Amino acid sequence: MSDQDIQKAARHVSQNERLIFELSSPGKAAYQLPPLDVPLAGPAEALGPEYVRAELAGFPEVSEIEVVRHFTRLSTWNYGVDTGAYLLGSCTMKYNPKINEVVARLDGLSNAHPCQPESLSQGCLRILRDLSKALVEIVGMDAITLQPAAGAHGEMTGMLLVRAYHERQGNPRKKVLIPDSAHGTNPASAAIVGYQTVSVASNSEGTVDLVHLDRLMDEEVAALMLTNPNTLGIFERQITAIGEIVHSRGGLIYMDGANMNALVGVSRPGDFGVDVLHLNLHKTFSTPHGGGGPGAGPVAVKKILEPFLPVPLIRENVDGSLALEFDRPQTIGRVRAFCGNFGVLLRALAYILANGAEGLRQSTEDAVLNSVYLRKRLEGAYDLPYRAPTLHECVFSDKHQARHGVHTGDIAKRLIDYGFHPYTVSFPLIVSGALMIEPTESESKQELDLLADALLSIAREAEQEPQTVLSAPHSTRLRRLDEVQAARRPVLRWKPAQE
Amino acid sequence: MSYPSNLRYSDQHEWVLLDGSVATVGITDHAQKQLGDIVFLELPKVGAIVEAGKPCGTVESVKAVSEIFSPVTGAVTEVNSALIESPEWINQDPHGKSWMIRVSLSAPAPLDKLFTAAQYEEYVRQETAS
Amino acid sequence: MRYLPKSPDERRQMLQEIGCDSVEQLFASIPAEVRSRNPLTLGPGQSEPEILDYFKKRAAENARDVACFLGAGAYDHYRPSVVDAMISRSEFYTAYTPYQPEISQGTLQAIFEFQTLMCQLTGMDVANASLYDGSTALPESVLMAIRANGRKRVLVARSVHPEYRQVLTTYLQHQNIALDEVPFAESGQLETAALTERLGSDVSAVVVQSPNFFGIVEDIAALASRAQSAGALLIVMVAEPVSLGILRPPAEADIVAGEAQSFGVPMSYGGPYVGFLAAREKYLRSMPGRLVGQTTDAEGRRGFCLTLATREQHIRREKATSNICTNQALCALMVTIFLSVYGKQGLRELAMQNLSKSRYAAERFRAAGARLRFRGPYFNELVVAGIGDRPRQQERLREQKIISGLDLGRFYPELAGDVLFCFTETASREKMDQLVKIMTG
Repeated sequence: MSDQDIQKAARHVSQNERLIFELSSPGKAAYQLPPLDVPLAGPAEALGPEYVRAELAGFPEVSEIEVVRHFTRLSTWNYGVDTGAYLLGSCTMKYNPKINEVVARLDGLSNAHPCQPESLSQGCLRILRDLSKALVEIVGMDAITLQPAAGAHGEMTGMLLVRAYHERQGNPRKKVLIPDSAHGTNPASAAIVGYQTVSVASNSEGTVDLVHLDRLMDEEVAALMLTNPNTLGIFERQITAIGEIVHSRGGLIYMDGANMNALVGVSRPGDFGVDVLHLNLHKTFSTPHGGGGPGAGPVAVKKILEPFLPVPLIRENVDGSLALEFDRPQTIGRVRAFCGNFGVLLRALAYILANGAEGLRQSTEDAVLNSVYLRKRLEGAYDLPYRAPTLHECVFSDKHQARHGVHTGDIAKRLIDYGFHPYTVSFPLIVSGALMIEPTESESKQELDLLADALLSIAREAEQEPQTVLSAPHSTRLRRLDEVQAARRPVLRWKPAQE
Repeated sequence: MSYPSNLRYSDQHEWVLLDGSVATVGITDHAQKQLGDIVFLELPKVGAIVEAGKPCGTVESVKAVSEIFSPVTGAVTEVNSALIESPEWINQDPHGKSWMIRVSLSAPAPLDKLFTAAQYEEYVRQETAS
Repeated sequence: MRYLPKSPDERRQMLQEIGCDSVEQLFASIPAEVRSRNPLTLGPGQSEPEILDYFKKRAAENARDVACFLGAGAYDHYRPSVVDAMISRSEFYTAYTPYQPEISQGTLQAIFEFQTLMCQLTGMDVANASLYDGSTALPESVLMAIRANGRKRVLVARSVHPEYRQVLTTYLQHQNIALDEVPFAESGQLETAALTERLGSDVSAVVVQSPNFFGIVEDIAALASRAQSAGALLIVMVAEPVSLGILRPPAEADIVAGEAQSFGVPMSYGGPYVGFLAAREKYLRSMPGRLVGQTTDAEGRRGFCLTLATREQHIRREKATSNICTNQALCALMVTIFLSVYGKQGLRELAMQNLSKSRYAAERFRAAGARLRFRGPYFNELVVAGIGDRPRQQERLREQKIISGLDLGRFYPELAGDVLFCFTETASREKMDQLVKIMTG
């Protein structure tokens, strides 16, 4: 395979750029403050000399154009959704609409202070209330908190609610059941809330093993944490039976909503027995991932859990105005300061408004169509360890390629040369050598075909010229990074050469 | 690599050199291969009590963490601090200079639970086959 | 739907290729009894002008064009245009966590610069890639201290942001850790005698905030030696990091954590913000959150990658240092750009302007007969005693388009009527004069 055969990607100018600290020289500046309209206070007199720092050693001194070039050059070393297909399974890298960015920056919203009086915050509160109503409708639950800052934070919040509920019943219980295909955040979140985690096996179809679940489920189990569709992209067909087993012994069903984008408009967790779930607004509801945050992780609940929701909640006064409600005697408390990631929440609302009911359903359909289409095109070339029908994502294994010494991580690196952001590597853990692919609804048929061609081509390379794959990527400004060196001798900050 | 016949081996992939009432412990060649490039090592302090079959430290590669299970019971008398500084030795020479702790035995080593070199090789062969 | 890149024909063609007769068939694996029969009641999709109109109306229902003298954990600092221009590069904001370092060097290098800036600012050795916000950085710091020394009791100054303390209580409620509060003295600083009294050999960490919730700067060196001589860690929270442009860095502390919203992140009604956490090197392995490290590529060139990931949830699962998996990369980028713009001289000058404004306001309050509640050194926030809730105050503030400070009665019943004000570089002399007149009139 030569570079000419790679249709999507071509070379472009990539500029070198040092660290901002290495561009510094004394006396350069990118700022100018307005003249001070009050007398200048001397720090030593105002604070006492013992409280004053000598200088900001090491801070950069650069001009505005250098700051702009610096960050512009850095940005070109990244790959974003706007660059092309971003196949990370379970991460749902869908398009981030531009109007969302515009409305988040409106005067009156972007500069609202979180402590300003409620009478002067009615617009913010209306946005939060409207989003709450829309999300509750989409998931079919009864109430919601918008406070959690991200998915994992939502998980912790949800598990605190579960615990508060059981404590109210007189026994907090001890264990939480988690399928072996789950995200690592699930056990970590359950542990923070003081629960011991027990792994539930998957059956040969890749879904929860009902016999195993039935054996594990007892009066000491507080909840089952379920991802549905699961991390293999498979809907838990026996969800009703699962619900019966868990509920009949007093347990609750927690749903990790990471894959909610496969269900919006098609099926509602509230209608299939879920008691509490978190949503990742940066996945299903298009808010930008930002290179790793910020996100938002609202938690929706059934009536039985509503009394325990974190404060504050939004309340409607008799005159129709809105207020923040703090006085909730059974609340689990506060999970973060102020009112949640408002700037992320309003983007999600903009997305819901743009789509409406019909657009949301169409998005779900396209996401599943894209994934199933891709699965069909790649089957045969890549091993499919679980053959059950999949929704928004599917998981292959590197079994065929591993015979030639090529593993999922190598295929991912080679995919970069073909112009795509790789899929999720080596997850879920129940598939050895997993390639977890989620195209989302945002890919056109043309882009999908290029992607399928690329993966098929890499499968051929793995057989015929494995070295090409093993030494990939070839087209990036840097070759594979030495992660072993980074971990053995950690260098986590810049220091001036003389130090 | 062949497994030295003067060592005994645990089913958790530690080796132990028994010399009277003193045992020297490390992890096996198979264990280091499974982990890949080792970047960090955490060991008990001198004086700590370790128990056969119980965790006594951790060893980390870039993407995995594994507990070290003590094959014997007793008090730690010596720790290989040079190894903590250079954990890559474990990849280079797991059964030699990569010893981890010396233990003064407070109970006889559980010989019935420790493999000989030949038994361990067979154990590893079966484990990788399944 | 304008975000979806497919024609009806293409959809039909794709369905045909996968052997489906209808779209419904794609969802055949979802049992019929749990599939929705009715469409969602959400209304039709809207055009951009309609969406814009909705949000403009909401913005108009909020305060606008006001002079705001609130601080209390969210600070109104000017955001240089460069910040938004740079973070609007979609290679930054539409990227994911940098798992594939070869095509994420932009994000990775920016985080490495962020980590460096946080170390320089705080005097610590290592800093992570950021946390959700200041309030969640507090429990993360406390849990880190507990991992480091294994003790199970924590002393928290009552002058730490009340909402941060509430979040701490929520996080610790099932962890079997005792929380004790330490009162503040007349000066507004920590009551050191009360600290000494409570400092036993079971105390894992002492938590203070500086400047604290009342704007008062704590004597970090003295507190550190007290805490550390009892074998406890000193955790210093910073909610207004612009203060570090002029204040002695809390270098004697063991962990310095807090909120970096002040550095170019919009107030945005409370979030998203950006927490930071820095510490001494010896606590590195107990740190939560992501870390970016420097390394080389296969050809020896400098590059960056995520490192020490074995502390994190995706590997250690229930034994991880924390359950968090995101940082706040885009907000951390705003901070990095903001600090690059201001730099060594600019941050100091910015801090000096804040200091000068608060001194001017204090002077005006004193001249009008009001009194500051606390005597201790303060940066850009101050508490004026007993001036809240005067007749016609609210009405006149509204007339003058002024948002006053925070009445402390909400969090400290004994301080009801005392008002916490914040004076940043954006406070004009004219508005400060008006504020003082109304509040003392």
